[in-house]
Amino acid sequence: MTRNTSLLDRAAEAASVASRYCDEVDRDSRFPTESMQALKDARLMGIMIPRELGGESANLRDIADVCALLGQNCSSTAMVYAMHQIKASSLVSHGADDAWHRAFMACVASEQLLLGSATTEGGGIGGDLGVSNCAIERDGEEFNLRKDASVISYGKQCDAILVTARRAPDAPPSDQVMATVLKSQYTLEQTSTWNTLGMRGTCSDGFILNARAPVEQIFPQPFAEIAARSMLATAHLLWGALWYGIAANAVARAQAYVRADARKKPGVTPIGAVRVAEAANMLQLMRSSINAGIDKFERAQRANEELNSMSFAIDMCNLKIGTSRLLTDIVNQSMMVCGIYGYKNDTPFSLGRHMRDAMSAPLMINNDRIFGNTSNMLLVHRLDQRLVG
Amino acid sequence: MNGTIRNLLEQHGRLPVTVSSLADDQDLYAAGLTSFAAVQLMLGLEEAFDVEFPERMLNRKSFASINAIAACLSEIAPQKAVA
Ligand SMILES: Cc1cc2nc3c(=O)[nH]c(=O)nc-3n(C[C@H](O)[C@H](O)[C@H](O)COP(=O)(O)OP(=O)(O)OC[C@H]3O[C@@H](n4cnc5c(N)ncnc54)[C@H](O)[C@@H]3O)c2cc1C
Repeated sequence: MTRNTSLLDRAAEAASVASRYCDEVDRDSRFPTESMQALKDARLMGIMIPRELGGESANLRDIADVCALLGQNCSSTAMVYAMHQIKASSLVSHGADDAWHRAFMACVASEQLLLGSATTEGGGIGGDLGVSNCAIERDGEEFNLRKDASVISYGKQCDAILVTARRAPDAPPSDQVMATVLKSQYTLEQTSTWNTLGMRGTCSDGFILNARAPVEQIFPQPFAEIAARSMLATAHLLWGALWYGIAANAVARAQAYVRADARKKPGVTPIGAVRVAEAANMLQLMRSSINAGIDKFERAQRANEELNSMSFAIDMCNLKIGTSRLLTDIVNQSMMVCGIYGYKNDTPFSLGRHMRDAMSAPLMINNDRIFGNTSNMLLVHRLDQRLVG
Repeated sequence: MNGTIRNLLEQHGRLPVTVSSLADDQDLYAAGLTSFAAVQLMLGLEEAFDVEFPERMLNRKSFASINAIAACLSEIAPQKAVA
């Protein structure tokens, strides 16, 4: 397989812009306008869209590499970019045979549109994405939808939102569809403000989303199919990739700290050196499991049916739980190494932002909720005991 | 066999509709079957038919309708399925 290194090269400028503004974005809890513009300037928004529609047919591995690079520089930029690509993956996987979504994909590529997501819902639903309260209400060739969307990252900045809802007012909560609605087709009435510990630049405010759009903008497949075949896997892999970027930067800072210490006292191994080695060990686990996850996803895509299997779902859930736990452990470990210089907010070894951003990982679809799902599946699924395969 | 499946679906399916209102080929997910309930149903079927669903059947499609479940059971335990 040939690796597309030019995507990483093209992302380098955006990464450096992201790094320049990250403290300000974090402090003011504001959208990373400059780095997102740089990503658009580098034409990196539509790369997953098929070539024949004006994109570059980029694979998930190359996009994950871009997310990891951004994650080293500004977690919020990386998360916005990753969430956009997760939405793009649903368009690519499920909109390919559908005239409206094909035309929309061409638009995403040519206009470098930013895609948002509204799965989370108020009224006791939270991050349980397999159920909705709100419903599509058909009105001739159009539909109306009102959703109490308690978290929509960059809701004010995105150009379109992919939103989940029950198929119809009389459908059960788990019978869901997903629709694409354009900025000109919805209004957002803000219900909460994203004033959080970390990931502050994602501006994940809450809104009442009111939309009216043609029914052709509803994906033909049930949402459960979309979740299983594109969304869950790409979300966990791309989140993992950007979390890896945060972790890698934390370890780099810890390593730089120890190296400076070692230079001052030649012949004496700094106290933190062993912890750096331990952090590097965890970082390698994180990296290998994301790479193995991407391999698994690519294999399952080729085998097609495998994407719907329980074993694939469990693998992808474990990947999210594992990488999010490693991230918080790695940042903690790095903080121990840098000590007070990591704790202070204005040194080259500061890790406060890393730590605050990292804390979102186990909560972004709560790991306990995910364990709840995998523990249910493990009542019937037998784990593969082989080492290879 | 479909009768037993229907009984178990009634017990474990947590459907918002009565099972008797469903046709054998009707989409159970559209009728409200969740992935959680599908696993509970699967456990009930394994117990009732004394079988184990192989890995390749652990996917959404196998539980998409009463007929789909029956087809899986006939494949893994043909002698029990006719009973
Ligand atoms: C940075 C960031 C950006 C986000 N962006 C978006 C976005 O753009 N669009 C969007 O729609 N959402 C977004 N979200 C929201 C996210 O998708 C989740 O909805 C949110 O993290 C809450 O997850 P949760 O409901 O699992 O956890 P919580 O709301 O924390 O509640 C779950 C609680 O229930 C417990 N629990 C465990 N298992 C179960 C179970 N089986 N059933 C019920 N409860 C259980 C858990 O222990 C936990 O305490 C974002 C979140 C973050 C952190």
